[in-house]
Amino acid sequence: MKEKRNIEETEKEIAEEFALFDSWDDKYEYIIDLGKKLAPLENQYKIDENRVRGCQSTVWLVADYKDGKVYYKAESDAVIVKGLISMLIRVLSGQEPDKIIQAKLNFIEQIGMTTHLAQTRSNGLLAMVKQMKNYALAYKVKAASSGKNVATA
Amino acid sequence: MIETSTIQKTFDVDTIRRQFPIMSREVKGRPLVYFDNAATSQKPQAVIDALVNYYSSYNANIHRGIHTLAEEATLAFEETRDAVQKFINADSREEIIFTRGTTEGINLVAYTWGRQNIQAGDEVIISSLEHHSNIVPWQIICEEKGAVVKIIPINELGELVFDEYKKLLNAKTRLVAIAHVSNALGTVNPVKKVIDAAHKAGAVVLIDGAQSAVHLDIDVQEMDCDFFAFSAHKLYGPTGVGILYGKKHLLEAMPVFLGGGEMIKEVTFEKTIYNDLPYKYEGGTPNIADVIAFKAALDFVNQTGKDKIRKHEEDLLQYATKQLAKLPGLKFIGEAKEKVSVVSFVIENFHPQDIGILLDNRGIAVRTGHHCAQPLMNCFGITGTVRASFAMYNTKEEIDQLVAGLQKAIKMLS
Repeated sequence: MKEKRNIEETEKEIAEEFALFDSWDDKYEYIIDLGKKLAPLENQYKIDENRVRGCQSTVWLVADYKDGKVYYKAESDAVIVKGLISMLIRVLSGQEPDKIIQAKLNFIEQIGMTTHLAQTRSNGLLAMVKQMKNYALAYKVKAASSGKNVATA
Repeated sequence: MIETSTIQKTFDVDTIRRQFPIMSREVKGRPLVYFDNAATSQKPQAVIDALVNYYSSYNANIHRGIHTLAEEATLAFEETRDAVQKFINADSREEIIFTRGTTEGINLVAYTWGRQNIQAGDEVIISSLEHHSNIVPWQIICEEKGAVVKIIPINELGELVFDEYKKLLNAKTRLVAIAHVSNALGTVNPVKKVIDAAHKAGAVVLIDGAQSAVHLDIDVQEMDCDFFAFSAHKLYGPTGVGILYGKKHLLEAMPVFLGGGEMIKEVTFEKTIYNDLPYKYEGGTPNIADVIAFKAALDFVNQTGKDKIRKHEEDLLQYATKQLAKLPGLKFIGEAKEKVSVVSFVIENFHPQDIGILLDNRGIAVRTGHHCAQPLMNCFGITGTVRASFAMYNTKEEIDQLVAGLQKAIKMLS
């Protein structure tokens, strides 16, 4: 079985992709494209419980835990946020809880998108990152208490 | 004092722009286009200078000190009170209370006058157009007292339905609290009519003037409102300063708001005698620097000429409305006959936030979202709009850039 890239490798890969763009328009066009391609979340998951509250756009996030790894699915009503979500999923989904909790997600800064993580209440991205880490923590605790060994790095 | 000779003869937007240093900055490699004036306006050099001057040459605590700096600071602070009194034509300077902002002014009335006068079974009338700041304080007091908040509905243009308002008024109505101008839509409410009808029913009226003071002539005596709250920072002044106007007899009868220094005459552990108006409501060291600098903003507006500014803003509003209407899928939210220079809109199939991000990418600052008026957004069945709001330093060329920015955003998002 092909080894999945670790978090830092995927982050580096994304940063390299963005380095190819000359302009902000190109970057945003790419993010919009990612957003449009993000698999829609099934309607049954679009419930209040899964809502990550931002001031302007809504993000729904669900997580699943399989073989010691956390898998995410998410969607938003705003397409740029969807594009950013798509990248977060690419980086974090399928990784071990400990790795997710520790992830610094420097790629967001490297690709110049920190403005979307600012404390401006402008979107749910910051809340989304926090929620993704919360899921990882919850699965870690749950696995530990049920006697299974998580994160054997 | 504003001499008529100092009032600018003609309105020249380039001259105006040169007095706002921020207008020369670039955002994302392009000249800044600032259309978020309803959130806060930019500051002219005179306001910035007044702040620097205060801290550089006469910073002191006011009203108590007997030394020269304290005297100079007190004098300047009180001069702003006089300037505000003239600006809104209040009957006396004692009716001008400095607060942190409109929100604090409304809360002050809710927690003092409201707590004293609103009883179980009473009714408070607000409108569908209100900012959260003029909803939440009344919800809190009404819940505490067992009173009820009633809502004046709006029509599809975003105007108050006056007949419905009249039906809500009755002997149980204690207070009518409405915005002079809607922050989200720009609708100008017929406050004079609203106030007259409320007074006939025996109710007191608070006007939220956060969005009106910068655009409209404010005459609290002619309006006959009982309370009028507004903020300096939306009027080319510094942040952290608000004004609450209240009729003297009401302010005298109300209990105090913040206990502490400044607001007392005499304190023993048995009893405290409160200070006279307006100091009774100004507990603690006030925001001296920003209050002083606010006078520079008022002088600037007076010297420019409020009527000239309004004419310029009306031209911008008309031009923007005409140009934006050409964009496919654009729908205006709020098309009241009486509006200030605010355009709020949605574009079919696109999220306001995406549009806001892409406009920012071209150096254009607009506000997107629910504008702290979620109940109003619900009335229109939307979660938010894109809002462009214009001030004295904006130009038609900037509106052209907004339109071009929107065309580009639509193309990128399609």
